Amino acid sequence: MKAGAMKVVVQSQPFDLGAEVAAISQQRTAIGAIASFVGLARDSNDGSGVTAMTLEHYPGMTEKALVTLVDEACARWTLLDVTVIHRVGRLLPGDPIVLVAVASSHRGEAFAACEFIMDALKTRAPFWKKEETPGGERWVDARVSDAEAAERWDGIE
Amino acid sequence: MTLRVLYFARLRECFGMAEESIEFAGVSVADLIATLQARGGVWAEELAAGRAFRVAVNQDVVALDAAIPNAAEVAIFPPVTGG
Repeated sequence: MKAGAMKVVVQSQPFDLGAEVAAISQQRTAIGAIASFVGLARDSNDGSGVTAMTLEHYPGMTEKALVTLVDEACARWTLLDVTVIHRVGRLLPGDPIVLVAVASSHRGEAFAACEFIMDALKTRAPFWKKEETPGGERWVDARVSDAEAAERWDGIE
Repeated sequence: MTLRVLYFARLRECFGMAEESIEFAGVSVADLIATLQARGGVWAEELAAGRAFRVAVNQDVVALDAAIPNAAEVAIFPPVTGG
């Protein structure tokens, strides 16, 4: 990946998937595949309604952790560009939370790296969600399934 | 040595503070946790053995036996839940 072909941003404002993908592919005719993932705020979790959520993070460490994940992806696969955007602050159901877009020559590497970065982000980037529910506010607990999803990459080429 | 200690998310709320400055005479992360546990109350409860929390030293997550360098920034927080 050429120097500078990585964008890692933590922001409160929304993002535009189309604009981010266009920015990656602009004048880059070596790119044959862009895989992207967008995570959205759901209206329910653990059996109760969720009316809003607030995302807190650890400024400084968050950016550092995200860059480390992207570097690891670049070491495993041949990637041409990576964009990671994660929002913080108060979000409503349907709002986009996170975007990962990965460009490569072929789809296989783009798909794999995109999923790897999301799995690693879920367990290693210092963000925390607090949900507003009809029963009051609650911090979201980490899921065992997220840890398992991240760990399975340890044994995969 | 003096450490800057940060707390996040549920632990920030439980402890009633986002950060503090601590005069630390120990060596490892485990020593710092023991110092905080000795305050009793929510500190002893939340940082008890077996409770799920993470510790970062200078913004890298480390194990309990890691050494803490002078003037380090230490953060204690629950397992992460972003994405």
